[in-house]
Amino acid sequence: MPRAEMVHWWFAGGFLMLGLLGLAQAVVGEEVWGMRPWRRYLWPGLTFLMGVLMWPVMTFYTNSTIHMLAHGSWAQVLMLAGGLELARASGRVQSQWWRLSSALALLVSGGAFIVHEQQHWLFSRAAFLHHALGWTLVVGAVFPLLQAFRPRSVVAASGFATLFVVVAVMLFCDRDTAAIFGHLSTYAGTPHR
Amino acid sequence: MSAEIAQRIERRTAERSLRARIVLALGPATILAGLVWALLQPYRLTFLHPHGQGFWWLVGGEAPLYVVLAGVVFWRVVAVPLAEDLEQ
Repeated sequence: MPRAEMVHWWFAGGFLMLGLLGLAQAVVGEEVWGMRPWRRYLWPGLTFLMGVLMWPVMTFYTNSTIHMLAHGSWAQVLMLAGGLELARASGRVQSQWWRLSSALALLVSGGAFIVHEQQHWLFSRAAFLHHALGWTLVVGAVFPLLQAFRPRSVVAASGFATLFVVVAVMLFCDRDTAAIFGHLSTYAGTPHR
Repeated sequence: MSAEIAQRIERRTAERSLRARIVLALGPATILAGLVWALLQPYRLTFLHPHGQGFWWLVGGEAPLYVVLAGVVFWRVVAVPLAEDLEQ
């Protein structure tokens, strides 16, 4: 079985790609982005795929009930946000208010991060990053919320995309057992390679 | 064509060209970030010292390479066609 930190890095790659796609879309605007139909499905398709891939994570990395609930909720909200954006891309739903699903996904994901981290911030790097990721996602929910009210806002679109890049960086920094700012609890285990 | 219209077209073309350059720069910037990371923390690349490492470390433990890979895929698959569309 791959280590938990590797799974974090794989998902970090996915989030980095989501961030790059979002940034490119924010730079060129909706019209140019939609000139090739396949491009409209990239972001929502990848989000949905990452939601599907969270299910094996939930199944094989269940250390506790709270971990299972957190991983399961991420899977559900990623699939929900990706699915609704796929429906928007195909034109099946039109209302801008569906963007609120992304805000909901970020709030639920952030909440799950904060709730399922049982240790304090400086217990280990993983604990620190779980707290930091949780609060980043909760605060970052303001961007899709803003997009629901102002769909053409470049600031909201860029902020939303940058959020994914930040999440990717934090996930890439994650290690199963490593110090954070010189702190590592003796209960955290022995650092490996 | 009046000078005002010509100036407006020129300004719009310059703006599109700037956007295309930004989009085209995102991929190489990501690749560069991955390479710099690999140089700063070579121990994060398992294939540089593979002795005694298992399958998952050799395949799944190459985090800086994922950054480079994401940059390459984005650049070739998304950024280049997007810049072409933008220039049209």
